[in-house]
Amino acid sequence: MSTETVTLANGLTCELPADSPLAKLWKSQRTWVGPSAKERLAILRNAKSVAIVGASPNPARSSYFVGTYLKQSSPYRVYFVNPNATEILGQPAYPDLQSLPEVPDIVDVFRRASDIPSVMDDAIAVGAPAVWVQLGIWNEEAARYGESKGLTVVMDRCIKVEHARFHGGLHLMGFDTGVISSKRQAR
Amino acid sequence: MADRDYGFRTRALHAGNVPDSATGARALPIYQSSAFVFDDAQDAAARFALQKYGNIYSRLANPTVASFEERIASLEGGLGAVATASGLSAQFITFASLVGAGDHVVASSNLYGGSITQLDVTLRRFGVETTFVASDQADDYAAAIIPGRTKVLFAETIANPSGDIADLEALADVARAHEIPFIVDSTIATPYLCRPIEWGADVVTHSATKFLGGHGTTLGGVVVESGRFDWSNHNFPLFEDTVPHYGGITWHGNFGEYAFLTRLRAEQLRDIGPALAPHSAFLLAQGVETLPYRMQAHVDNARAVAEWLEQDARIETVRWAGLPSHRHHDRAAKYTPAGPSSVFSFDVRGGRAVGEKLIENVQLASHLANIGDAKTLIIHPASTTHAQLTEQQLADSGIGPGLVRLSVGIEDVDDIIYDLDQALSAALSEVDA
Repeated sequence: MSTETVTLANGLTCELPADSPLAKLWKSQRTWVGPSAKERLAILRNAKSVAIVGASPNPARSSYFVGTYLKQSSPYRVYFVNPNATEILGQPAYPDLQSLPEVPDIVDVFRRASDIPSVMDDAIAVGAPAVWVQLGIWNEEAARYGESKGLTVVMDRCIKVEHARFHGGLHLMGFDTGVISSKRQAR
Repeated sequence: MADRDYGFRTRALHAGNVPDSATGARALPIYQSSAFVFDDAQDAAARFALQKYGNIYSRLANPTVASFEERIASLEGGLGAVATASGLSAQFITFASLVGAGDHVVASSNLYGGSITQLDVTLRRFGVETTFVASDQADDYAAAIIPGRTKVLFAETIANPSGDIADLEALADVARAHEIPFIVDSTIATPYLCRPIEWGADVVTHSATKFLGGHGTTLGGVVVESGRFDWSNHNFPLFEDTVPHYGGITWHGNFGEYAFLTRLRAEQLRDIGPALAPHSAFLLAQGVETLPYRMQAHVDNARAVAEWLEQDARIETVRWAGLPSHRHHDRAAKYTPAGPSSVFSFDVRGGRAVGEKLIENVQLASHLANIGDAKTLIIHPASTTHAQLTEQQLADSGIGPGLVRLSVGIEDVDDIIYDLDQALSAALSEVDA
């Protein structure tokens, strides 16, 4: 479920399905600009561990695809956070970020847009440096809040797609990665 | 990785071809392999379930083919691309992904003959009805749309042999108003001359056999998508329904903007099978490296030949939209400012007999059924490429009995003009004799 939190002219915020006409109108009026391609690559290069908050044990869900991809096609140590699950992809599911055996370098979030501020607070509390809000989720106020607290924030992007963009996976499927380079493909 | 928007010429050379991680090969390696080994059972399962990226079998994806796909996607400004064995199979898998029995297509009547028969014969037999619009006005396309049944709007950037230019921006508006994708075949224009996605097209198809490959050696096709069309708008329930054979995913729900191209590969290439061969992909990708230079030379030569023909008393009409006399001269200036490619036709005074003799007397231009070769090509459409069409369809396509089609090559332009001049003289003296 993709949702988006928008701030209305009167200052109130509301949650909308990301494909609703109103959400699309607001999308055209976005003002927050996230990290560039080069900066996203640096975030991915510098990370050793990723915690997926809102991970699902349901194989049809996007978070399951991302978990499978990161476990099998990336060098990251991957942790799953979901208080309602016990095991995901053969690994224990943790109830919260505090319970993880290490501080994750990236907190990857599959939660409703309105939940993003509390995930930012949890990430700050454990000392995680980056919060990556998944494709289809947008909360501009939360992004600015996270940045004001020193977090690196990526939003409305899929970490699987972005990792694959720089490491050959997206290229293999015929997508334009935007990568022009005379250096060997990173493995 | 530099943070820079590289130019068209740079991308024609580099896009899709980062040196190979295994060997560091600078040129594009030809992965002439039908299948690819899995790391383990888990890896195999994840690749088959589309949960991770990886090669399985070259009907679905191949690393050499992927380089060609990414290069064309980059040049067209699309999200990505799926390559096919030919231009017609690129069109076919696109239609097959979007229409089924009972659905309706609105298309230009000015299409390449093979595209007309694909829609009018094969797809009609499968229960898909097509209305061919014999007009260059977007309003007439809008009037042909049957709300709820029409699933795609289809036209060619530059039609052949009429030389007509589609009003891309207006047609894109019509499609958007009806929440259906605007599909454009841009074979004759190539992304060097026109990028339909910039004018609002949703899907672009090519016969890569023509100018993209550029040397008349290799068949291939490619489908590019913009990534902007909303496939969850309820006109295309296949994108929103669960897909049992891929573990209950939904194409739009799981892949978002990547849904159309992922499905085109994982369903249509899987089920229909017109994959591009790796060796062909290598040849086509190498051709694309010089696309900007060849296309500029093609349009420069086309302009000189068209202007020479137009002032010659032996010629009745020249149908190249780069000439002020063409009804779409203004559209050509808007959509193809460098020139409307180098495929056009002309009518010889004296009709069919002179036209046929002209073709028999050329010494440099090659008489064959192709376009977009580096060499100049010539043909008589009414008896060859468009011979399957009825008299009415020929008239709707703007093909008269004395019409000769040229695909102007990149030889010395004086030599091309010399050849046409001597062939015209010889044709007239033979007919008079």
